[in-house]
Amino acid sequence: MATPLPTLRSRPLTLTYEIPISKTNKFWSGIKEGKIYTTKCKKCGKLSFPPVADCPVCLSSDPEWVELSNEAEVETFTHVAVLPATFQKYEPYTIAIGKLKEGVRVLAWLKDVKLENTKVGMKVKLQPKVTSEGMLTLEFLPI
Amino acid sequence: MSMRKVAVVGVGNSKFGSRQDVNLGELAFEAVKPAYEDAGITGKDIPFVALGSAGGWYEETLPAVVTAEYCGLTGAGLVHCEAACASGSAAFATAYLDVASGHNDVAIAIGLEKMREVDGPTILELIGRAGYYFWEFHNFGITFPAYYALHATAHMAKYGTTQEDLALVSVKNHKYAAMNPVAHFQKEITVEDALKAAVIAWPLKLYDCCPITDGAAAVILASEEKVKEFKIDTPVWVAGLGYASGTANLTNRESFVGLTAARAAANRAFKEAGVTPDDIEVATAHDCFTIAEIMAYEDIGFCKKGEGAKLIREGQTEIGGKIPVNVDGGLKAKGHPIGATGCSMIYELTRQLREQAQKRQRQVPLKKYLALAHNVGGTGHYGYVTILRR
Repeated sequence: MATPLPTLRSRPLTLTYEIPISKTNKFWSGIKEGKIYTTKCKKCGKLSFPPVADCPVCLSSDPEWVELSNEAEVETFTHVAVLPATFQKYEPYTIAIGKLKEGVRVLAWLKDVKLENTKVGMKVKLQPKVTSEGMLTLEFLPI
Repeated sequence: MSMRKVAVVGVGNSKFGSRQDVNLGELAFEAVKPAYEDAGITGKDIPFVALGSAGGWYEETLPAVVTAEYCGLTGAGLVHCEAACASGSAAFATAYLDVASGHNDVAIAIGLEKMREVDGPTILELIGRAGYYFWEFHNFGITFPAYYALHATAHMAKYGTTQEDLALVSVKNHKYAAMNPVAHFQKEITVEDALKAAVIAWPLKLYDCCPITDGAAAVILASEEKVKEFKIDTPVWVAGLGYASGTANLTNRESFVGLTAARAAANRAFKEAGVTPDDIEVATAHDCFTIAEIMAYEDIGFCKKGEGAKLIREGQTEIGGKIPVNVDGGLKAKGHPIGATGCSMIYELTRQLREQAQKRQRQVPLKKYLALAHNVGGTGHYGYVTILRR
């Protein structure tokens, strides 16, 4: 092996962002209640997922919060084997995009299904979850 | 449109690879100086600089000012363009518009990325965040291979595209990279190598993914009067340019079997150039992952939707086929220094149109002298298509 070339190590910097969620808090607090909420524009009727405080179609800032079903169909999926820096402590995970019966799509981990049994078109349920680390999230589970 | 004609008059491309021997400015210099020499001018002749770089993985926050000073361009109008993996094309478009509008007579676009100063999991993290961090990365740790794997799964399910088809793209691009002196990889691979390789994000395996590469490329653009003044003997004209965008959330896309932004950009570029996909004789397509090249064939219109795999199976995108694509090795094997790629595509196509491809075996035979560059930013977040004509 060739000798590594000389480098100068930069000063290290750890960045953490505090991301405001005041306008979408119903979604995050809903997860704790076991419910999946999203927004529907009162003016033009557009159902959005992820939820939005401001409608990109008609520009109204007056949405109503509606509860979504948990019935979904897998549109596509992948199994992530090589993990990014902040996910190194996890086992490889399957990410799926599911279409809910209301027509909106959700991207989340698909748990408890082996890769060889995961298929486009399979029916799954979408489950709100508070992880052991206290993260608020959604996951797809087999029916 | 009351735009002026604009020509590419000088191009340069650094060696792509793991470049621990150079810092950001030194890497840019390797592309900029040859571009000056190619055009027969210097930085003093260039009043506008657009630098394309996604950044975040190297130490400098203002890469444009560092590069401009290092390459003797200080004083010129200066902008840093970001369009993720299409940042180089965004810089090219910005420089083109500056000259086409008549605001300046000469401009340079520089694409630059230094990606290997951080470790592997960190670069995977930073690129994975290049979608919608809040909704798609924070809880789900999606990576860039995973974003394209979602498209591969959907394409395979809908059109019967196979993992062997994906491997064929990689085999082709490695073959041409081995003949390209600036390419990161200089070795051929087999379908078997590709199929046996470790899974990165199923169904994508190691050889379905572009490497993490350092590199730079530069393109000098000039008005028709300046082409004469500089005595440019083989100007390559910008015949058409299109750009468009896609949603940040992948879930809000219309489908996962193609990239709407790339399709819209291609339509616009063809309309502007007044040509059709059948007129194009050589193309660079955004093959950050093998599935992306197959989708690109379809999105550009080299074949019908769903027939991309057939094109690669039949060898139609090799030299001698219907439309040679990525005969520089593509992102897959030439390497994908994110912000450099768009300008590197213009470098390759300019050399092809001048019949100067290195090595000579990579030269595509030309009759109409029409070439197309297809450059995608993010997972179809940005789409840029450029048509060049000699």
